[in-house]
Amino acid sequence: MKKSSEIRPAAADPGRRSFFKLAGATVAGTTVQAINPGAQAATGNAAAAGTHAGGHSGSATHGARHAAAYIFLNAEEARFLEAAVERLIPADDVGPGALQAGVPSFIDKQLGGAWGAGERLYRGGPWSAGTPTQGYQLPFTPAELFRHAVRGLNQDVRRNGGKPFEQLTPEQQDAYLTSLEKGQVDLNGVPSNIFFESLLSLTIEGYFSDPVYSGNKDMAAWKMIGFPGAYAAFYTMVDQHNMLYTRAPMSLAEDANRVIHIHPEIPARDIHQGEQQSTQPAIQQHGHQDPQHDLQKDPQHDLQQQTHQGTLQEAPHGNQAG
Amino acid sequence: MATRLAEVDAVLLGVGLVGSILGRELTRVGLSVVGLERGDPRFTVPDFQSPNSHDELRFSTRKALMQDNVREGMTFRNTSAQTALPIRRWGSFLPGTGLGGAAVHWNGQTYRFQDSDLQQRSRTVARYGEKFIPTDLLIQDWGINAAELEPYYDRFEYLLGVSGKAGNLKGNKINGGNPFEDARSRDYPTPPMKEPYGSAMFRKAAAGLGFHPYPQPSSNLSQPYTNPEGLSMNTCMFCGYCERFACEHYAKSSPQTILLPILLKDKHFKLRTNAQVQRILLDSSGKKATGVLYTDAAGREFEQPATLVIVGAFALNNVRMLLLSKIGTPYDPQSGKGNVGRNYAYQTTSAVQVFYDEKTNINPFMRSGANGTVISDFVSDNFDHGPLGFIGGAYIGEVMTNGRPIEFHPTPPGTPAWGAAWKRAVARHYNHTSVVSTHGSSVSNRSNYLDLDPTYKDAWGNPLLRITFEFPQNDLKMSAFVTDKAMAIARQMGGQQVAGGPRKGPYNVTQYQTTHNTGGTIMGVSPDTSVVNRYLQSWDVSNVFIIGASNFPQNASYNPTDTVGALAYWAADAIVNRYLKSPGPLVPT
Repeated sequence: MKKSSEIRPAAADPGRRSFFKLAGATVAGTTVQAINPGAQAATGNAAAAGTHAGGHSGSATHGARHAAAYIFLNAEEARFLEAAVERLIPADDVGPGALQAGVPSFIDKQLGGAWGAGERLYRGGPWSAGTPTQGYQLPFTPAELFRHAVRGLNQDVRRNGGKPFEQLTPEQQDAYLTSLEKGQVDLNGVPSNIFFESLLSLTIEGYFSDPVYSGNKDMAAWKMIGFPGAYAAFYTMVDQHNMLYTRAPMSLAEDANRVIHIHPEIPARDIHQGEQQSTQPAIQQHGHQDPQHDLQKDPQHDLQQQTHQGTLQEAPHGNQAG
Repeated sequence: MATRLAEVDAVLLGVGLVGSILGRELTRVGLSVVGLERGDPRFTVPDFQSPNSHDELRFSTRKALMQDNVREGMTFRNTSAQTALPIRRWGSFLPGTGLGGAAVHWNGQTYRFQDSDLQQRSRTVARYGEKFIPTDLLIQDWGINAAELEPYYDRFEYLLGVSGKAGNLKGNKINGGNPFEDARSRDYPTPPMKEPYGSAMFRKAAAGLGFHPYPQPSSNLSQPYTNPEGLSMNTCMFCGYCERFACEHYAKSSPQTILLPILLKDKHFKLRTNAQVQRILLDSSGKKATGVLYTDAAGREFEQPATLVIVGAFALNNVRMLLLSKIGTPYDPQSGKGNVGRNYAYQTTSAVQVFYDEKTNINPFMRSGANGTVISDFVSDNFDHGPLGFIGGAYIGEVMTNGRPIEFHPTPPGTPAWGAAWKRAVARHYNHTSVVSTHGSSVSNRSNYLDLDPTYKDAWGNPLLRITFEFPQNDLKMSAFVTDKAMAIARQMGGQQVAGGPRKGPYNVTQYQTTHNTGGTIMGVSPDTSVVNRYLQSWDVSNVFIIGASNFPQNASYNPTDTVGALAYWAADAIVNRYLKSPGPLVPT
């Protein structure tokens, strides 16, 4: 994760904090993205660098708006969220921070979509607090919970005579988040510990979910831990105990043709050579792979050749991302 | 006003594992059968195909394959002194929905219960005396023993193609299998799966301590297999997306791979999906079912008359259907009277993590739902409970199913929950941690039960099921004992640090444990203490059969599906060879 070390933690210096600069650094780290910004706009994918630039109309330093913007978050919410997730998962030499990974964009899409509106959440009353063993019992949808809580949070900060969250030092931000986590501050009707728990869950989801959902940009969080993503087959490797698996991960978003890479001779990177894509010897997935075929391959050979720099934004026909 | 449809010989409530088996067995002898499934039709192609099926957020975190709890939820409380509240998001257990039911998203662990489970009360009394059983426990015998059930286990396992190694073949003990199992008539249909690294280290450690490790019996297949229905399956690829996911490889046994392609072609069978059964209809005597009332996806009501009603939904929904239909007497925990909803039990689990150095690559993503290595030395009554003061036990094993990182990112105790230190620990330990699990039994008692909620309703206006459950002291004692054994094995697995602890109360509905909810329509020898007789026929309404884990009088150490499948064949056999010849109660009262 050499590139990530170049990126300054977002709130390390509040005076110089600039998400526009940060986004620029991110772009520099992924060359294909930098030379082909039009492709990002064409796919309409908000996980692009513009993730970090949306919703900043309230700040003079963020006058340059990227085409990709938030669909749910307002400027105030975006400022809080971008600063907060970067404290929950900060950038460092281990791997990308939540901001670089596009977590705010992930959360924006989740809150603005069906899940945010209460999909799979039983919403019938009457309402009462219940016991912790009974789970979440507030009437708020996830979107309502976030909106109410951030409004309350901003009132809370002002009441304390302090600066907005994003202008605090990292140490102050951590202390404030800890107070939300441990305490029961009333954030406009939302207990702060419940808000914090929800924020942390969403942040981890955005960090580790498939990039098709706008977080985990460039699959960097997967690369950090060595998770292979959506690959379908490890039959030949499972009994090679203690093997070091270094193949680049695979995302749902990479492949518009429902082709999966179950055979080692079809490395994922080929799929990203757009002009050759239609000529690749792809195996259409009909659930009838021959494990004996896999057995004859040398997985070490396969692993060494996996070095592709594929990103979500490169896919020329990313219909699954749209 | 409901539209009345033409009468059929049998109607199935739910077309999952039980419904598919009963549908097949009844159409096989020429009965006309309608299968009513509340969820969507879905098939390996095109619905389960990867890469889309390999989406942790959608299927695991957001639970896409599960019962829609917005329309049809449940309420929960720990004790009857509390007010039950809706389970607003699924957590501790995940009821499935849709064609194939929970057997689409299951892991595939396929264990037989032991005779000491099926006759738990009488065998406990025989070995330890009547006083050994605490007075608040309601454990009882099933009314069937292991020898009687063996042919049905055998048939079900050959339908599934289960991969495993016999430990007791017609009384002959075989090294490398489970030496504690009751005699099986033949070996597993397919050999054991490959053994992942962490499981191999568990095997060595367990054997070194004198225990008896064996490969977990798995319905993720070790090799291609054609079942007696003529349907072919493929080898499991260890993709790491099994439980909570559907299998794209035709490698996990599910109704879609083992039965439905045959059943759906049968001219005697008709499948209706998106058909939400509201209740079973009874005649004026209340002793005979006349069919069912259901609502389709567009909200239209239909009456489906049938001479035989097979209730084969998920265990909890079986119980609710009887309560909504007013079949049998609801259990009252105050008086102890009534049986519907009585003997609700669960599963008592715990986990131990082994943290390795960075040279030990566990590769947790190279796993399948039912792979791994286990011991049964502390299952059921395989060890002396005399000095221990509890009933039941657990299997212990390294049976990791996946390395999906939203859910799986283990860190050692003391690691902060977020921030730079958390992230560093996640990156450090992700590929270097193994997990040893205990999977333990659950006794039934007087205070854990199911009934209808007085307040909360489903989308059709019917009361939700209310769950009242707390871990019995017996099971917490059991968990402390077996988790201690798991820790001892884990410490021999070559890691740098071992962390874990037993299950502790209170039961929390937000933390996933298992979807092994049992009881509520239990089988037994007397209508005074059970809802169905030994053939799973309602004591109250003899043309209604209720089949599923809701028949278990208490839950055993092992996973329930093999026993559910065996009971389905057992009941089908009784219907075809006994009931159809002379409709009426199969056991006199």
